[in-house]
Amino acid sequence: MTDLRVNFAGVELKNPIVVPSGTFGFGREYGQFFDLSELGAICVKGLTPLRRQGNPAPRIAETPMGILNSVGLQNPGVDAFIAHELPELRRHDVKIIANISGNTPEEYGGMCEKLSAAGVDMIEVNISCPNVKAGGLAYGTRPEMAAEVTEIAKKSSTVPVMVKLSPNVTDITEIAKAVEGAGADAISLINTIRGMRIDVNTGRPILKMNTGGLSGPAVLPVAVRMVWEVANAVKVPILGMGGVSKGADAAELMLAGAAAVAVGTASFADAYAPVRVRDELSAIGERKGLANIAALTGGVRPW
Amino acid sequence: MPVQKMCTVAEAVRLNEFAYSLTLEVGEEMTSQTSCGQFVHIKCGEERLLRRPISICDWQGDLLRVVFEVRGEGTQWLSRRKAGDMLDVLGPLGHGFDLSAKRLLVVGGGIGVPPMLGVAKAAASAGAEVHAALGFRDQGHQMLTDAFVECCRSMSVISDDGSTGRKGFVTELVEEFLRNQPCAGADCAACSGKPEPPVVMACGPKGMLKAVAAACAAHGVACQVSLEERMGCGVGACLVCACDMADGSRKHVCKDGPVFNAGEVDWND
Ligand SMILES: Cc1cc2nc3c(=O)[nH]c(=O)nc-3n(C[C@H](O)[C@H](O)[C@H](O)COP(=O)(O)OP(=O)(O)OC[C@H]3O[C@@H](n4cnc5c(N)ncnc54)[C@H](O)[C@@H]3O)c2cc1C
Ligand SMILES: Cc1cc2nc3c(=O)[nH]c(=O)nc-3n(C[C@H](O)[C@H](O)[C@H](O)COP(=O)(O)O)c2cc1C
Ligand code: FES
Repeated sequence: MTDLRVNFAGVELKNPIVVPSGTFGFGREYGQFFDLSELGAICVKGLTPLRRQGNPAPRIAETPMGILNSVGLQNPGVDAFIAHELPELRRHDVKIIANISGNTPEEYGGMCEKLSAAGVDMIEVNISCPNVKAGGLAYGTRPEMAAEVTEIAKKSSTVPVMVKLSPNVTDITEIAKAVEGAGADAISLINTIRGMRIDVNTGRPILKMNTGGLSGPAVLPVAVRMVWEVANAVKVPILGMGGVSKGADAAELMLAGAAAVAVGTASFADAYAPVRVRDELSAIGERKGLANIAALTGGVRPW
Repeated sequence: MPVQKMCTVAEAVRLNEFAYSLTLEVGEEMTSQTSCGQFVHIKCGEERLLRRPISICDWQGDLLRVVFEVRGEGTQWLSRRKAGDMLDVLGPLGHGFDLSAKRLLVVGGGIGVPPMLGVAKAAASAGAEVHAALGFRDQGHQMLTDAFVECCRSMSVISDDGSTGRKGFVTELVEEFLRNQPCAGADCAACSGKPEPPVVMACGPKGMLKAVAAACAAHGVACQVSLEERMGCGVGACLVCACDMADGSRKHVCKDGPVFNAGEVDWND
């Protein structure tokens, strides 16, 4: 039997399968289908200092093997999360990663303090959400700003800090090196890729915000390439995501350099996707005769 | 708790040139928790990532029926299913209609008609007095009217071109019905002694629902509407199916709805 346990930046995951922010709410809904303890970790919906209503609908458009979304960080605010959602999540034996987005470095710092004190297992700093006008993406596309946010998040946290990178950049390794240099304990990627769809009959974009972020199987090759590039540029562990819908996809991201893998959009098609991906990944480990699934990480043999 | 499973198509019937009816063997684990106005989220082939939300028209034993029109590729694929085929179904999902009323008017417009059949049947078998007002584009789009006649005290049909029933919009039928009803105001002398006021339940295009909601509000009659929005997960996790509420908040069609009290909804575009 392949041992699925991985140590991710000091956090012990019982398996490398994580659910990424925004596709899994706070776990209540998919918890009706399987025991949340089956997962390695849960990244909760992106939190902001105050409650946010998000963008007007339509917030989703289907694309060839993918979706565009423009939810816009709808969330109850960090305090309500700590008061009402975290205790509920804590009833399960699963690591909790709090995903945060702020408009200023101070906002990131403030949330890190509260969440560290509340006892989440890790903080994921989102510097890459394409669906909010202020902050968000700007931090993710400018190395010096990404470093500044990382530094303040590290200073304000007592738990490991992971920084989530945007794929909407020319050279992702630049940002990766900047956040590693600023003390990030781990890096996650990719967030969604900016895209747009237009209804040919009406001439109107499908999304009310006109543009949104692409996810789902369509982005897998981009994710594999970017994880590979970042893995070659930094030493910190990588949480790989983007388009994973089966065990082989997860194995691909691990071979490219990911230590753990998140399964997001795939859940919309199959509510059991994360658990299924875990089982399929485990079978791949067995077939390859691996003692530990971590042996896959970085195993690609490039030409 | 919703169930995700592969279901056999027990019966596939074409109702008219546009509408298809699929009866699915979903099992009692699904039907035992189904209520009127809920929906199922159906995978429409491997090529399309997202499931398609379709209202539950009717259910009995271990069978559940959906009725739909072809709009795009997903429903096109669905329309080609035959008895014996397998479908990946997630459901039942969402919150349906509150059927506690003793008298009700069910209002359906176009493809909003099928879910109202389930409401009419369930309410009638619970002893309520059910009236139906159904609007179709034309004779060719008409469907399910025989089934409504079976369970309703009265049924009126109206169509855009008058090729079936009267010519006009279904809201005219609602307006007429309400004009002949007692209003909800307890101190209205004109209404004392008349039967208790009805509750209106409606499904159809947004513009129709808005007009029905306005008519009900004007007559002081309670109204429940079934809304549509583009969906991802269908279970309340991804937050894409937002709809604006009159109080400025946002709710989610898949989890808080699809049925809402008309007064809660922000009808401005
Ligand atoms: C709660 C609910 C109940 C519904 N009940 C019924 C029903 O009983 N019968 C019926 O015929 N139709 C119903 N619809 C509408 C039905 O979901 C759409 O017609 C269908 O999704 C179109 O898919 P498509 O691939 O054919 O069209 P496409 O336009 O190719 O679909 C592209 C994407 O847009 C989405 N989409 C397009 N139109 C709608 C719409 N009106 N509502 C929501 N998503 C849409 C699709 O799901 C898909 O993700 C319901 C919708 C909702 C939200
Ligand atoms: C509906 C939706 C909402 C999302 N919300 C967030 C968010 O709040 N914060 C964040 O960092 N990423 C968010 N993401 C991005 C995902 O976490 C993930 O990076 C991306 O979807 C790629 O993975 P996937 O293809 O497996 O879904 C969201 C994605 C989707 C589809
Ligand atoms: S469709 Fe995901 S929350 Fe409604």
